[in-house]
Amino acid sequence: MNAPQTPHALHFMPSAGFRARAKDVVENPFLRQSFRGAMDFLMTKRAAQFPDPEELESLRSLGERIRQYNLAKLPDLLVQLETNLTRNGIQVHWAETPEEANAIILGICQKHSAKLMVKGKSMVSEEIELNHAAEAAGIGALESDMGEYIVQLAGEKPSHIIMPAIHKTKEQIAKLFHEHVPGVEYTDNVDALIQIGRQVLREKFEIADIGLSGVNFAVAETGTLCLVENEGNGRMCTTAPPVHIAITGIEKIVEKLEHVPPLYSLLTRSATGQNISTYFNMISRPRQPGEKDGPGEVHLVLLDNGRSQAYADEQLRKTLQCIRCGACMNHCPVYTRIGGHAYGTTYPGPIGKIISPHMLGLEATAGLTTASSLCGACGEVCPVKIPIPDLLIRLREEAFSAPQANPAMRGQGAGHNALISAIWRGWSAVYSSPALYRTASWLASRFRWLTPRRQAGWTSVRTPLQPAPKRLRDLIKERH
Amino acid sequence: MPAQPARPTDVYFFATCVVDQFFPGAGMDAITLLERQGIRVHFPEEQTCCGQPAYTSGFPDEARKVAAHQLTLFPNDWPVVVPSGSCAGMMKHHYPTLFAQDPVRQAAAAKLSARIYEFTQFLVDVLNFKPEDVGSDCTVVLHTSCSARREMGVHLTGRKLLGDLNHVTIAQQDHESECCGFGGTFSVKQPEISAAMVEDKVKSLKATGAERVVSADCGCLMNILGHAAWKDQQEGRTTPSLPGEHIATFLLRRTAKENAQ
Repeated sequence: MNAPQTPHALHFMPSAGFRARAKDVVENPFLRQSFRGAMDFLMTKRAAQFPDPEELESLRSLGERIRQYNLAKLPDLLVQLETNLTRNGIQVHWAETPEEANAIILGICQKHSAKLMVKGKSMVSEEIELNHAAEAAGIGALESDMGEYIVQLAGEKPSHIIMPAIHKTKEQIAKLFHEHVPGVEYTDNVDALIQIGRQVLREKFEIADIGLSGVNFAVAETGTLCLVENEGNGRMCTTAPPVHIAITGIEKIVEKLEHVPPLYSLLTRSATGQNISTYFNMISRPRQPGEKDGPGEVHLVLLDNGRSQAYADEQLRKTLQCIRCGACMNHCPVYTRIGGHAYGTTYPGPIGKIISPHMLGLEATAGLTTASSLCGACGEVCPVKIPIPDLLIRLREEAFSAPQANPAMRGQGAGHNALISAIWRGWSAVYSSPALYRTASWLASRFRWLTPRRQAGWTSVRTPLQPAPKRLRDLIKERH
Repeated sequence: MPAQPARPTDVYFFATCVVDQFFPGAGMDAITLLERQGIRVHFPEEQTCCGQPAYTSGFPDEARKVAAHQLTLFPNDWPVVVPSGSCAGMMKHHYPTLFAQDPVRQAAAAKLSARIYEFTQFLVDVLNFKPEDVGSDCTVVLHTSCSARREMGVHLTGRKLLGDLNHVTIAQQDHESECCGFGGTFSVKQPEISAAMVEDKVKSLKATGAERVVSADCGCLMNILGHAAWKDQQEGRTTPSLPGEHIATFLLRRTAKENAQ
């Protein structure tokens, strides 16, 4: 079976068409209900894991401290990690861009004349559009995480970083299996579908030349790659094929092994409401002489792709604290309404809105920064306390201010609009001057009958706003 | 929990631009309620807006200019009571960062920050206000703004005030802690998503069967009541299916003998 590949979309403009895509979902009652149900389920599961608010708070503080400690030492830790991985026999590669990462991975594949790569779940491989690059090089790339497999069969991208196929119903999945897997009759029995998937994948694990995986934590002091998963497919990818290639963003490093358990616990409890995942893999070296299994070669590709831009700024650096649990998505009222695909970015939801601008530039993502009511639900549940609302405000500033010399971000000022800026300057002039404000608000009340009946997006589902006949300051004066 | 501050004799009232222009009645009711507790309420005439709309839209310079003006309005060391969790959150939590590069104003912002109280927080935590309910039996549903809940951490005080009213039942809506979809300029920049959010919010508020919604934030009320009224118009109703008001107005009516209903 040839796995269908996801369409190449590395250089698209997520902002363009965002509102239209969001509208499509919002107006689809079925999708609305289905996302709402899924997110409610995940929120309930997470809440059950953290019954004690004080304990949760102290765990989150610990998570934040560990991540900030390690980010503060990141340049040194990267060197230490490389040294220790190399000592352990794991080959380390550095990639600044997705193109470089793909070239490195495909170079290793070609060296081994690889025909098939089986993939464990890796959002970084989605970020670099590895499947497309592999296809172009004549190498099959097969997703082995069940959700990713479904998404790949459908020719789509994941709509959630933890649950890639959360937008699909079991009937849609049944239809996909029936249409794409040879010899499979239509069944919407979930257990049967999982068995079919497992059977297909089991054969592929045996014949694959390359196993690809992501990394949840890379431990610098020991040179260990930690991988969290539930289906066992990750372990198959990292042990069955003769070559294992791991790929990760440069921020996923911790200095010490003892940093892993608190983060791991926060990760599974925040993500899926699990105490612990079914599998936790620690990969320290390739197969040694006399060992019966394991890949003979292990590689790690460390990807930058805009992360060092975020790193360079004290405030934006907090973006890199993320451990990719997806809790911010599950609790986001916007994500719940529009799902992951509407964002048009590899990482959707609140974390997507703050990390994607570093990967794609603000030219492509300025509009996404406005897709938040700043309700703060994301920041409240983030297990490592990323101040997502504050970062969104900062990104809005970077996006909409006039272009400056030496900007902190690629695409700074991309959303700048001279008219909108002038309106805010005018607003500021009125509201910083008591006399002007008094006059303007008096006029607004006095001529309230002139208030437009149609007010941009407001009146599409609301009655028009109209100032009261008398302002509070008038009522106070009248009283005395 | 910080120690309960001493009961003040005087407070400043920062009405917010939304209350001044759109909900002046709520402002008057909050002032009256405070005065009934024996507090002298001072309304600095020169107040305008906390600056939040520009700040959250990515225009910090414009916000700073407006915020800098408000910093000058509260010379005495009295508490500043704000009938909005959102604007209180701006003044308490964002002013100090907004002036991070301006030591003089940052010091002023830090001093002001310590004196900012959201209205229900002030009633409960400072005045220990126990409303005596003179109204008849009624069921209300409370909407707490995201800023009150997550920024100010005062989501319990509004609930406590309503809970102290003997003849008032508080209905429980589903997804209570979820945003109503207002978000200031968000409602205009992303009208489709904001519409979906307010639609769901109004549905869950109505599903409780409560006779009215109360909230301590007029931004949310504008959004929620505006959508409920629009829906009524669409469906040809002449009486509001979800009336609502600021919690100050509700509390004043429930506790004012001359207005007993």
